[in-house]
Amino acid sequence: MPTCPGTCGTGFSQFPSREKIMNSGSRTFPHASMINTSLSAPRGYPGGESQGEGEVPRRKSFVRSPYDEKDLSACGLIGFVNRDRRRESGERIIRAIANMHDRGNGLGGGFAAYGIYPERADLYALHVMYDDPHDAKQVEEYLKRQVVVEAAEEIPLFESRRFSDHPYFKRYFVDLRERLNGHDNEGDYLVDTVMHINVNFEHAFVMSSGKNMGTFKGVGFPEDLGEFFRLPEYEGYIWTGHSRFPTNSPGWWGGAHPFALLDWTIVHNGEISSYGINMRYVKMFGYECTLMTDTEVVAYLFDLLVRRHGLSFEDACKVLAPPFWKDIDVLEEEERFTLTHLRSVYASAALNGPFAFLLGFSGGIIGLNDRVKLRPLVVGRGGESVYLSSEEAAIRTICPEVEEIWAPVAGEPVIVLLESVGESRDGRGNQRQRPVLQGA
Amino acid sequence: MGNTTTLSDNPRVSNPANTNGSKSGLPPATSPKSDLMGLQSLRPDDHFHSYPEYFVERRHEECIRCLVCVRQCPYDCTYYDPDRDVVYNVHQNCVNCKRCVAMCPTHCIRIERFDSGFRDNGHWGTHLVRGLRKQADTGGVLLTGLGNDLPYPSYFDRIVLDASQVTNPSIDPLREPMELRTYLGRKPESYRPGSPGEVFPNILCEIPVLFAPMSFGAISYNFQHGLALAAQEMGTYFNTGEGGLHPDFRKFRDSVIVQVASGRFGVDPDYLLSSAACEIKIGQGAKPGIGGHLPGEKVNAEISRTRMIPVGTDALSPAPQHDIYSIEDLRLLIYAIKEATEYTRPVSVKIAAVHNTAAIVSGIVRAGADIVVIDGFRGGTGAAPMIIRDHVGIPVEVALAQADQRLREEGIRHQASIIAAGGIRNSADVVKAIALGADAVYIATSAMIAVGCTLCQQCHRGLCAWGITTNRPDLLPRLPADQAAGRLTGLLRGWQHEIQEMLGLMGLNSIESLRGNRLKLRGVGLTQLELQTLGIRQAGL
Repeated sequence: MPTCPGTCGTGFSQFPSREKIMNSGSRTFPHASMINTSLSAPRGYPGGESQGEGEVPRRKSFVRSPYDEKDLSACGLIGFVNRDRRRESGERIIRAIANMHDRGNGLGGGFAAYGIYPERADLYALHVMYDDPHDAKQVEEYLKRQVVVEAAEEIPLFESRRFSDHPYFKRYFVDLRERLNGHDNEGDYLVDTVMHINVNFEHAFVMSSGKNMGTFKGVGFPEDLGEFFRLPEYEGYIWTGHSRFPTNSPGWWGGAHPFALLDWTIVHNGEISSYGINMRYVKMFGYECTLMTDTEVVAYLFDLLVRRHGLSFEDACKVLAPPFWKDIDVLEEEERFTLTHLRSVYASAALNGPFAFLLGFSGGIIGLNDRVKLRPLVVGRGGESVYLSSEEAAIRTICPEVEEIWAPVAGEPVIVLLESVGESRDGRGNQRQRPVLQGA
Repeated sequence: MGNTTTLSDNPRVSNPANTNGSKSGLPPATSPKSDLMGLQSLRPDDHFHSYPEYFVERRHEECIRCLVCVRQCPYDCTYYDPDRDVVYNVHQNCVNCKRCVAMCPTHCIRIERFDSGFRDNGHWGTHLVRGLRKQADTGGVLLTGLGNDLPYPSYFDRIVLDASQVTNPSIDPLREPMELRTYLGRKPESYRPGSPGEVFPNILCEIPVLFAPMSFGAISYNFQHGLALAAQEMGTYFNTGEGGLHPDFRKFRDSVIVQVASGRFGVDPDYLLSSAACEIKIGQGAKPGIGGHLPGEKVNAEISRTRMIPVGTDALSPAPQHDIYSIEDLRLLIYAIKEATEYTRPVSVKIAAVHNTAAIVSGIVRAGADIVVIDGFRGGTGAAPMIIRDHVGIPVEVALAQADQRLREEGIRHQASIIAAGGIRNSADVVKAIALGADAVYIATSAMIAVGCTLCQQCHRGLCAWGITTNRPDLLPRLPADQAAGRLTGLLRGWQHEIQEMLGLMGLNSIESLRGNRLKLRGVGLTQLELQTLGIRQAGL
């Protein structure tokens, strides 16, 4: 079990202090136009032209919320899996999310893509967001101690007036094998490393850390961000996208979706009313919720349940959206025993409140609604692809030839796996064993 | 401050409040004591403490001389003078139990605080002066019942709850399922269906409110029967306290938690197995660090049978458990009980909330307890020295918050459930305790109030006018078991609805999403350090 990085204080240690936030807001940021978008080191970055100004007052923080409170938001989400592993550009996901423009308010959007780094598929890709290129140095020194950095580069951006003020993005392709330091599990080791950066480096934030995948996110409408991150130039076999309608935290790029850990990515519509306990629960296992948003806790819960505790996707979903006791009580002895134990052992992991989320990972996408279905989620099937979306219209926009569209039952997981990975589930309830794509 | 008696080595206990009551609760209507105004044992020094605390005012023109008040008063406070055809009161005997007020058919009785207290003094309160005089009189310890009644601040009253607005729909419990089911006991850290894993015994509560330990002896046979019936009806539990389980109540074995306290009264293998769970009592919030005392005069045949002690002997529980002088000894007793019950019952350990509760709870969990009960300083008692009741221990809110946090930091929160006890007054206190980190709560004083208790604090005297804390044959029928059960069920149903409403307005539909969810709480008027101790945030932030 990874140790709890950082402090394990009582009570308030879970909230970033106001003082810390105020300090971060009192320094200025070198103008974004000074950042070179080529892969060579930019000015102000080791190896590039020095700013030579010493401690520059910083204008604001991109990676941390300016508010000391839980972030609330509502959203649109879309994702699709090409079950035959066919890679395609980010063009369609951008079009789909643009269709749901009004579900966001331009204060957040983002994408996750799987299969985008086939040449470096066996290395972990760390996408890191910095407030300022200066901040990269310390993190990179830490990274070099922790992992073998095979390659480091800026994430290519399409600079435009729309995003004149943005954080600094880099990605690192790293290998852990030589540096496990007693950990026998690469995942735990990398989780520790990522948590350490997110907790201890105030101006840096690891956006994603899986193999052959990455997330791209920020403040703006998602279709604009897709262009900004040059997503049409990437090719992936799974894409998810998110349009955000936050009720606070303008300008907080770190707060946009997806949230990711290892190759888990979450896009989420809703508010997790049980966040207060979910956050304390995952902290017991060494996961630090640094972002004050309820979405990141979902990624950590999946990592805990599936990767560390070995639950199946279906069982993990039963933990997160547990069946009602009245439904459990009427089951046959064996299943009642199983579900009763899942619910009581993982009571603090249950997600309560309205939500629909898509969990992306290398093998597919899992879609899940809260158990009374307080947020929309529809599923569509067209050819070898399965689409999950807040709105049917978004699916029809990019897949006019869609063969079937349905709304999954509250609390019933939709599990869409690559053909090579396993059998999918359609989330239509009752027929728990019914495959999503019979004959597809 | 109610009347108090003293625990004295002088058999001639000189407190008029109970010497006069020594005859019976039923003075004949034609009592000849009118000559002495009821003060038969007036002694030369009685004037030191003859200031009445309460004044019984009776509108004689409305009194119909039915004498119900005379018959109902167990404290010999009321008598009838047939010569004058007037009902009089011995005011200094009145404990303000309100039995006569409730029973009077013409409502002609009013009880007021006796206004001629001592000269106003911010430092020497009247209750202190009274106490000093009583002690000087007897050289004894002042005894009292119920919980700490001094005006210490209440953290529950400085915590408010969150509600959903716009970004998160509230859930209507009249239209949607709203789940309060709670499993108490140890859980494994992880559970993978289909894999052989450890399964620990748990008890199921349909409402996270259990009846706190109250022993047969401290409370009446009927009241304990009512608690058992209500617990069974509502899917929760009552607790035997340290008084053993009467043979008549063994049929409630699925609804009872049996306690093993320092006196070990009534403990044998059958007792341990006639239970849903077993509880080791280390301490009690009302009297941390001291034992219990059931006076011999309360030990009648039924209590003798239940506690396995001779009739008429004092039932004295030692202050510590004499086989537990350290944490590893506790482990031995926990496992002795587990062995005796063949690991089929969760074992609970109950402690009083004290300064280093968090560390103690951590030790208790590591010693093998499946449930830990933290009993705060507002918790009630059948009898305790007033000085201890009022000055020892800490509020349950802070002890609970710290214990829950400590168990989480140590990664062992799943190994035991936490029950918070001591001064839970309404469903909001339940919700706040659960959000601070409790799995469930114990209630006792609330349950007593539900069946008629007026908080007169005379539990230790065995004269309860409401039939709750007495087993005197003439007083016992005042609280029939079915009536007690009906009222307790009503209380729990009311709380059930209220808890469901509060969950729904927070956007939650099951209690486990509230448990330890401190983001649902905010502090009002607390210092930064208090907020930090409770692990909650300031209202508005």
